[in-house]
Amino acid sequence: MSQHKASRFLGAGLTQVVLAGYTILALFPIALIIINSFKSRGAIFDNPLALPTSETFSLIGFQKVLHESHFTLYFGNSLIVTITSLVLILLFGAMAAWALSEYKFKGSRILALFFAFGIMVPIRLGTVSILKLMVSLSLVNTLTALILVYVAQGLPLAIMILSEFMQQIPKELKEAARCDGVGEFKIFFQVILPLIRPAVATVAVFTMVPIWNDLWFPLILAPGDSTQTVTLGVQQFIGQYVTNWNAVLASLTLAVLPVLVMYVFFSRQLIRGITAGAVK
Amino acid sequence: MKRSFPWHIVVFLAPAFLIYLVFSAWPLIDTLRLGFFTTNDNGSQTWAGLANYHSLLFDPLWSEGFWNAMKNNCKFFLVHMCVQNPLGLLLAALLSMRGVKFAKGYQTAIFLPTLLSVVIIGFIWQLILSPLWGVSEHILSLVHLDSLFQPFLGQEETALFTLSAMSVWQFVGIPMMLIYAALIAIPDEIIEAAYVEGASAWRIFWTIRVPLILPTLGLTTILTFVGNFNAFDLIYSVKGALAGPNFSTDILGTYFYRAFFGYQSQIGSPTMGAAVATLMFLVILLGVGVYFYFIQRKLQRFSF
Repeated sequence: MSQHKASRFLGAGLTQVVLAGYTILALFPIALIIINSFKSRGAIFDNPLALPTSETFSLIGFQKVLHESHFTLYFGNSLIVTITSLVLILLFGAMAAWALSEYKFKGSRILALFFAFGIMVPIRLGTVSILKLMVSLSLVNTLTALILVYVAQGLPLAIMILSEFMQQIPKELKEAARCDGVGEFKIFFQVILPLIRPAVATVAVFTMVPIWNDLWFPLILAPGDSTQTVTLGVQQFIGQYVTNWNAVLASLTLAVLPVLVMYVFFSRQLIRGITAGAVK
Repeated sequence: MKRSFPWHIVVFLAPAFLIYLVFSAWPLIDTLRLGFFTTNDNGSQTWAGLANYHSLLFDPLWSEGFWNAMKNNCKFFLVHMCVQNPLGLLLAALLSMRGVKFAKGYQTAIFLPTLLSVVIIGFIWQLILSPLWGVSEHILSLVHLDSLFQPFLGQEETALFTLSAMSVWQFVGIPMMLIYAALIAIPDEIIEAAYVEGASAWRIFWTIRVPLILPTLGLTTILTFVGNFNAFDLIYSVKGALAGPNFSTDILGTYFYRAFFGYQSQIGSPTMGAAVATLMFLVILLGVGVYFYFIQRKLQRFSF
């Protein structure tokens, strides 16, 4: 018995070692960047692994990034693109999901399949024609172009997750509303939308991350100075200031922060979303 | 009695359908069509049949780069399959054991890099691996392994594997989460019964839990496949469009970008880009097809 106990104890210890070890590996690079972004240039090189002290603390990198680049502009662009796309994906996605899961009509299965196709095939493969289309609509170097592409990209997954969720809404609820003579639009906006709020939050997080982080479409559709997003801006800023380590580290830190904040905010929702989605 | 036309269905569907059709489905079809055309010197496009594909696959000027990118992309995918997914399985298995302390905290931390932009990840690792800063040299010397240090990203033999490892580091959280979710969904009674029968934890894992999560393992495989054969950002942000040194890190995504936009002395061609995109589409379609027709169908018969 005691031998059994000892082996279990050993097993638990080993588990902790592996998990903690990997966690350090996962967090180390991020921590290293953030720590060094608050240090003076000399300290970054002399002792990269040390925390900033009162002597080595310096904000010069952040000053450089915020004053000498368009960082705030890029940040605003990213916010506009991400939030607008997200709102449209959730609204249009929920409407379509509702239509596909609630009403039976000719072609509804084919339509569902048509949307599902977009989950597996990356929209990036259509880039040649997307650029051609945006040129002909004179939308190149506008945030609108990015928003349209991201909405098209996000809709398939949103529709799939939301319609699965909507199918679980009890029939009685809808029937009761219909018997009372409530119109279809009112049912959707006042009964269904509030009910699917948890699923909407999950879809929101999943949709937001790839949009915020995308490099490909900003690079191709909106590389102009006034329409750059943070991801593209950081990429080019680092290229320009590659020898100014304070500025490079500060710009990396600034680009990481919003995601960190969002993660702290949503991490429970996010993990629940993944586990619920996978289990079904 | 004739029912009135269900306008509400149209209104619900129209916005999503139109945006998806115009900015996703149609461009994809149009790109497949453009692959059969060629761009003339004056910018107009004329029908060329299979000429683009012939050059891509057989004309050394194009095909060398294409097959090199294809080969590198396969290596990139293999590293993910051999390292990322087993590592994800290991972490998920450990996390799903009963009574593991700090499990939620580990989960959160390991998943975090997934959310960061590949551009940021690329630069962070570039700085760490750079001999200029010497962080990795310093850490290796702490364990007396500094003789192993090399400019991993600068050498043809090691660059692609180093980039693959960075990508694995970033994305291991996804298979971990998916597998974890599948593992905790296995009913406790099955595991209990096996314990009562006297099976060891090791045996329970391989003969009961792994077979039960095979559908999830199949799903992570296809997600990895689509993600890898569509990758671009990491290589571009670390190595640029030329995917150096000497194209040793060139994958289909960067090759597509160069074919489309051109580089140095070569002029980009939208039709050639479209042909590359079409071939990428076929590769992805093939992978997805194999997954659906063989793996998923078979698995569902096994597991439920």
